[in-house]
Amino acid sequence: MAVLLGLFTGLCFTVICVIVRLLIVIRSGSKCKPGEKGPVCVLIVAGSGGHTTEILRLMESLSQSYSPRHYIIADTDKMSEDKIRTFENSKKDTGSKGQFTIQRIPRSREVRQSWSSSVISTLNALLYAVPLVFRLRPDMVLCNGPGTCVPLCAAGLLLGLLGLKRVLLVYVESICRVESLSLSGKILYHISDYFFVQWSTLKDKYPKSIYLGRIV
Amino acid sequence: MKRVFVTVGTTSFDDLIERVTSPEAVQVGQGSILPDSDSCHELTLEAFRFKDSIAENIKCADLVISHAGAGSCLETLGADKPLLVVVNDKLMDNHQLELARQLHQDSHLLYCTPSTLTETLKTMDLAVLSSFLPGQPKHFANFLDRALGVQ
Repeated sequence: MAVLLGLFTGLCFTVICVIVRLLIVIRSGSKCKPGEKGPVCVLIVAGSGGHTTEILRLMESLSQSYSPRHYIIADTDKMSEDKIRTFENSKKDTGSKGQFTIQRIPRSREVRQSWSSSVISTLNALLYAVPLVFRLRPDMVLCNGPGTCVPLCAAGLLLGLLGLKRVLLVYVESICRVESLSLSGKILYHISDYFFVQWSTLKDKYPKSIYLGRIV
Repeated sequence: MKRVFVTVGTTSFDDLIERVTSPEAVQVGQGSILPDSDSCHELTLEAFRFKDSIAENIKCADLVISHAGAGSCLETLGADKPLLVVVNDKLMDNHQLELARQLHQDSHLLYCTPSTLTETLKTMDLAVLSSFLPGQPKHFANFLDRALGVQ
């Protein structure tokens, strides 16, 4: 009986410590300025169709200080790799230095996949996301909504939680989202360091978000 | 002769492909219907699943009929072409409707569903559409540079 009580108390204590640590990490975003020490290593999450188009429009605007760039695409995504290579090759032509890589992880969720099986496939993607993020150690994760971004952001958060590296989470909600956030957006709104929306209706509903008008 | 370009992006949207009947080039994505070039007798039909770029098709079109995906819409509006968006009402959590509705409210495009497509094509007036100004990713870059302390 006493052993059980001891275990229970120990568990509660551990959970409280983890929550406090999580809150400390999440709130430390604004103090984190990786650009001051040199180039900013970015992990970019590309999704299907419009997601990749939007993220590449954002990447086009970023200077060569954002390097190296690691693009993560879902294993079933056939279109994004070509778009990314075309984009990066055009950067080379303008004399912009910097390396890039393209990596694949299992897709968290297919379009029209049920919510319940999505939890399982997202957990599976997490098993790949954690070692990948731990290996790449980005300064920042940039994403705009495909399910693939949730395990990658979770892995980035874990890196910070363990005190290994503070990874900034930058989320730009798709221009498609005018009145409501995507599921990824709703999940990541609370843990992102910089959460951008592109329509004023969303800014009103989500006051912690950043609204700069349409940015893609 | 008028050219209409019909696109469903990377999705499957068989309802739209079935309903379209005007002179066209049709991009059919992952759907199960790939029309034969001789399947419609009154018109010249060219159909394909995917291409590296649909920029040429958009450029040559007098009207673009598209699903409400961001890439297709932005590319068409960016090329300053009249756009009729057909919303796929069978998709889970039909968020596509939000964008079509907002851009329609701002007079940048017309929109309908597969069942109202024919009626819309008959009664639409493209002259009411106004140009769509491009987004400003530079604002995002400036913000991020300042926030991250990029020199």
